[in-house]
Order: sequence, then structure tokens, then C-alpha cells
Amino acid sequence: MTMAAENGDLRLVSLTKRFGIFTAVDDLSLTIPQGGFFALLGASGCGKTTTLRMVAGLEEPTSGKVQLGGRDISRLRPYKRPVNTVFQSYALFPHLDVFENVAFGLRRRGIGDIRAQVERMLALVQLEGYGKRRPAQLSGGQQQRVALARALINHPQVLLLDEPLGALDLKLRRQMQIELKRIQTEVGLTFVHVTHDQEEAMTMADTVAVMNAGRIEQLGAPAEIYEFPSTPFVANFLGQSNLLAGQVAGRSGDDILVSAYGSRFSVPAARCRAVDGDVYLGVRPEKLHLAPDSDSVPAGHQWVTGVVSDSSYVGVSTQYLVRTPWGTEVSAFASNAGVLAQVPLGAHVVAYWRPDHAFLLGREAGAGDATQPLLEPVP
Amino acid sequence: MSVLAHLPAETPAQQTRRGHSRLLPYLLLLPGGLWLTVFFAVPAVQLAATSLYDPSGSLQEGYAMTWEFGNYADALSAYWPHFVRSLVYAGIATLLCLLLGYPLAYAIAQKATRFKNLMLVCVIAPFFTSFLVRTLAWKTILSDNGFVVGLLRDVGILGSDGRLLATSVAVVLGLTYNFLPFMVLPLYASLDRLDGRLLEAANDLYASPVRAFAKVTLPLSMPGVVAGTLLTFIPAAGDYINAELLGTPNQYMIGNVIDSAFLVRLDYPQAAALSFILMAIILAMVFVYVRRAGTDEVL
Repeated sequence: MTMAAENGDLRLVSLTKRFGIFTAVDDLSLTIPQGGFFALLGASGCGKTTTLRMVAGLEEPTSGKVQLGGRDISRLRPYKRPVNTVFQSYALFPHLDVFENVAFGLRRRGIGDIRAQVERMLALVQLEGYGKRRPAQLSGGQQQRVALARALINHPQVLLLDEPLGALDLKLRRQMQIELKRIQTEVGLTFVHVTHDQEEAMTMADTVAVMNAGRIEQLGAPAEIYEFPSTPFVANFLGQSNLLAGQVAGRSGDDILVSAYGSRFSVPAARCRAVDGDVYLGVRPEKLHLAPDSDSVPAGHQWVTGVVSDSSYVGVSTQYLVRTPWGTEVSAFASNAGVLAQVPLGAHVVAYWRPDHAFLLGREAGAGDATQPLLEPVP
Repeated sequence: MSVLAHLPAETPAQQTRRGHSRLLPYLLLLPGGLWLTVFFAVPAVQLAATSLYDPSGSLQEGYAMTWEFGNYADALSAYWPHFVRSLVYAGIATLLCLLLGYPLAYAIAQKATRFKNLMLVCVIAPFFTSFLVRTLAWKTILSDNGFVVGLLRDVGILGSDGRLLATSVAVVLGLTYNFLPFMVLPLYASLDRLDGRLLEAANDLYASPVRAFAKVTLPLSMPGVVAGTLLTFIPAAGDYINAELLGTPNQYMIGNVIDSAFLVRLDYPQAAALSFILMAIILAMVFVYVRRAGTDEVL
């Protein structure tokens, strides 16, 4: 069993792709276990789609290898790879009906008697009875499912999804996310999903790789990355973070002491990516709570003072911006679970957090606070 | 109450506005429709009438309308070889245009990123000189002491006294040359629209480049193929310049016969009957062809 699992792993070894002087993918190495749902997450232009296209064979690597089950497939033509893609634009064949679109791969491989297989696949994506329609007669969500069925029917060893939900509206996207996850569990194939939507990556994937400038910044389970990001980029790309610039001032037992803006804070050593020099002290907004004054801060918490400069009521929570004495605005999400009064604008408050909710990241000397004081509605 | 009072006053205005928009398509059709009526429909009716005149009349003495349907039978029995020749020449020329034009159009549309416009200009450039002059140039190119014939004689494709000019080959080559742009442009238009991502998808779904071409590119370019073959075949079948300049009376096509019936023999009823037979044959062939090619399926 373990052997079989290892045999189906997709491995990228020092994969590099340059377009002229631009390096799209820079010495990327990773292993995607068979049967996993893997998400490549990053902003547009970070190299995630190029990586995917190299796995599909639509782009030739400048150097490095793509291995599938121990076999080097880097130089294999795309039509010879046991890999299928769901394209961002779906790329359904407009001159063929839904049935023939789904049957395309089977027919090219000379597989006979495909009717039952195609019907079963259409049922899986809940498009029974749509076989005779043309792609142009379908809605976006239906086209997306045809594209999925067209790829899945070939039982590829790896299914590549290139932002397949990008063109759908929010509600349909949520629905398709659940559907995709259900199908992946049902068929048990390796899914590699490229997306710039951090929420999509977190809700669907077992493992997320956050990419930036052609490299992987962090790889791990969604909760792991969210709770303990390894770089400032990840901390602010996957959700938002309040990152306060500080210096490590020493160590006290299992805690690292940080001085920032004239105050002392401590962070458990286990939550520190850096233990000396310039650091960022990070706290997620939902882990930052507000109190009217320092006396009401529960024991064992740490705090900064500030003035509420903006607030936004989004139903499940209220998002506050608190301006610290040194001018940085930190954000705090207060859950609306209780019947707590809203804190008015201009109120002097204390923002506090538990030390083991904070994390410490390395900081380039001279870099200032990195917060995203945006009051984004949480979907 | 005041709203109700306003309603009747507004309704006529709205109706006129809607009336305008309903009339608009017809107004847009008017200039073209008038033009076609005066310069096509009326002459066509006149031509149809002429084709049924008593053939014993003449331009000087005038023609009598005797509903001579026999004109058609006479014209067909006298000149059926010319009809056959026209269709065969036009058919071969269309096929050659397709074989030459498709790769050219494909290259311009899909591969010639930077030189696209330049190549398109090259395709259209011949139109800047007269059709007649270009065909005369072919007379020189294919002449007995020209380099083409010399080369073909040297490599033994042509015998030592073989010639191109004044043969069927010359006429078909002339037709092919003259109508090539009419094939390339519609093909280019349909291939230019082809989404490269569809070919990637085909590749991803186990189609080799050759299969991807056969299953995706070719079917999607069928509208261009149909438009191109029609635009080539129809004028080529009625052409007479190429047979006149590059062939001999043995290569004469139906266009040459109609030309001489109108302008040399002055047999107007026969000329008109021949014209109508040609039109009917082409219409029938186009109808069958478009049905078979199933362009509506492709579009």
C-alpha cells in the first residue's frame, strides 16, 4: 500500500522556467502525494500556472524534472502524459456536443463502447441528459462541469485544475468547490489546483503551497500555514496579519522577548521563525481583542493601546482599525457572538492577545510594520 | 390619478418610437434593395425573356417573343462539352486553391505573429493590378521559351517539344492563380479566430498534433473552407479570360461561348439561355454542397 502510494507521487525536481530574462518558476521542488488535493496558491504572475503547464506538458521546463511515479515525464509530449487539465477558460470544443466533448479523450485513445462511461461521468457531474447540447447552450457552471467530466473520464493519474472556478460567480463557486471536493474524494485521484483565491485553497486542499515570484514560500496544511506562517508574504497573502516591527531582546525560558515601540512582548519559542535580530511580531486580527483599558485585560495577555479609527460591521463580526500611538493601524475582528456593544469611533482602547497566539517572523532590517489595514468584508 | 391622466398622452409617442425602430431594418435595406432591383432583378427578368425569344430574329430586325423553350435544349446539346469543361476546370482550380491556400492561411493566422499584416498585404497586393494584365503576365511565364517550360523540359516532365501555353494545364493554373486570394481570405478569417487553447486542450486529451488538426482545427475552419470554395468555384466556372488568353478554342469554357454568342455571333436568345443554364447548374451545385458540408452545424 505504501509502495503503491509512493509510486503514484508527482515530484517536481528543481523545476525552472525562464521566458527570456524573466524567471517564471525558480528552482521549484516539491512532492505531491498520490490521492491528495494540492493547491498552488499565489497572486497572478507568481508562476503557479506555468508550473501547472509544465506538469501538463504544455510548457517545456528550462531545467529540472517532472516525475510521476518515479518516471521522468518532463520531455513527454502532452498527449502522451497520464495527466489531464481543466482549463481556466474550459476550452470546450464548440463544434462538438457535450457527449463528444466528454468522449474526446477516450476516442483519441481508441477506446470502444464509451456510451456507458460517458453517461456515468455526466451523472457524476450532474449533467444527465445534457449530452446532445452544445457548449454554447450551457451556463458557466455547466460548462465548468463538462470540462471537469472531460478530464476526469480519462482517469488521469493527476488532474490539473487551472483556476477552474475563476469565471463563476460567488455562490456558484462555493457550490462547485464542494462538488469538486466530493468528486475528488469519490474518485481518489491526485488533484493539483491552481488558484489565487486563498479561501478556495484553504477550504478544498489538504496541502497548500503558497507561491511568490516563482518560488514556494510555504507548504503545509491550510490550518498550519494560517496559524503559523513562515514569511511576512504568507502572513498577509493567506488571510491578513498585523505585523509589528521589533527586535529580539533576549530569551526567558521558553519565551523569546521582543521589544517594539518601547514595549516588551514575549512569544513562545515554538512559534518563532526567527530568534534574533530584526523580527516581526505577528497577530491575526481575529486573535486581537479590544478592552476599554489595560485593567480589563485578562491575565497572561499582552497589549498595545490605541484609538479606534474605523470600524465596519459585517454581521458575524465587527472589524475595527485601531491606530497605535506610533501611527500604525492594526486590525481586530470582534466576534458578534455575544450582545456586546459596538466600540465607537475615537474610543481609547487596548488591543490584547495571548502570547501563544502571536508568532515571530524574520524581518529585513529597516522594514516597517506590515499590516493590511483594509476592512474587507469576510464572505 | 395623475399618472393615469398622463398615460394616453405618452402612448402615441412611444408607439411612434417603436414604429421607427420597426421600420429601421427596412430603411437600411432600401438602398441595396433598390440597387439590386434596378441593376439585377430587372435585367435578369429581361435576360429570361430574351432566352425565350424566337431565335430566327436578329438585333436589326428585332426579336419576337414565342416562348421558345427549345432554346435551352438547343444550347445544351450544342455546348454541353463546354459546360462540363467549365465545371471540371473550376473544380480542379478550386481544389488546387484549397490545397495551396489552406497551409498559407494557416501559417498567416497561427504562425506569422509579426509578419501577419505584411503577409496579408502580399495576398491582396495582386488586386492592385488588373486581372487582365496579370493573366497576360502568365502568358509570358508559361510561354514556350519561358523559364518554366525550359525547366520542365530539362527535368523531363515535359517532352522536348512539350508546352504549357494553350493547354488545359495553363487554363487551370491561370484560374488557380487568379482566384487564390478569394480562397485564402475566408480561410484566414476562420483560422484567425481559432482559439489556440482548444488545441492545447486537444493535446492534453491524447490528441497528437495531427489528430488535433483533424478533429479540432479542420472542423472549426469549415465555414472558411465552404466560403472559400464557393468564392473560388462560382466565378471560376463562369470565367472566360483565362481560357481566352492561356488556352485555345479547345480549352474554351462556357464563358467563352456566352461571350461569343453575345458579342460575335449576336445570338441573344442562345446567349441568354446559356447564361441561365450556367446559373441553374451553379445554384444546384452550391445548394447540394452547402447542405452536405453542413455549415450550420459548424457555425
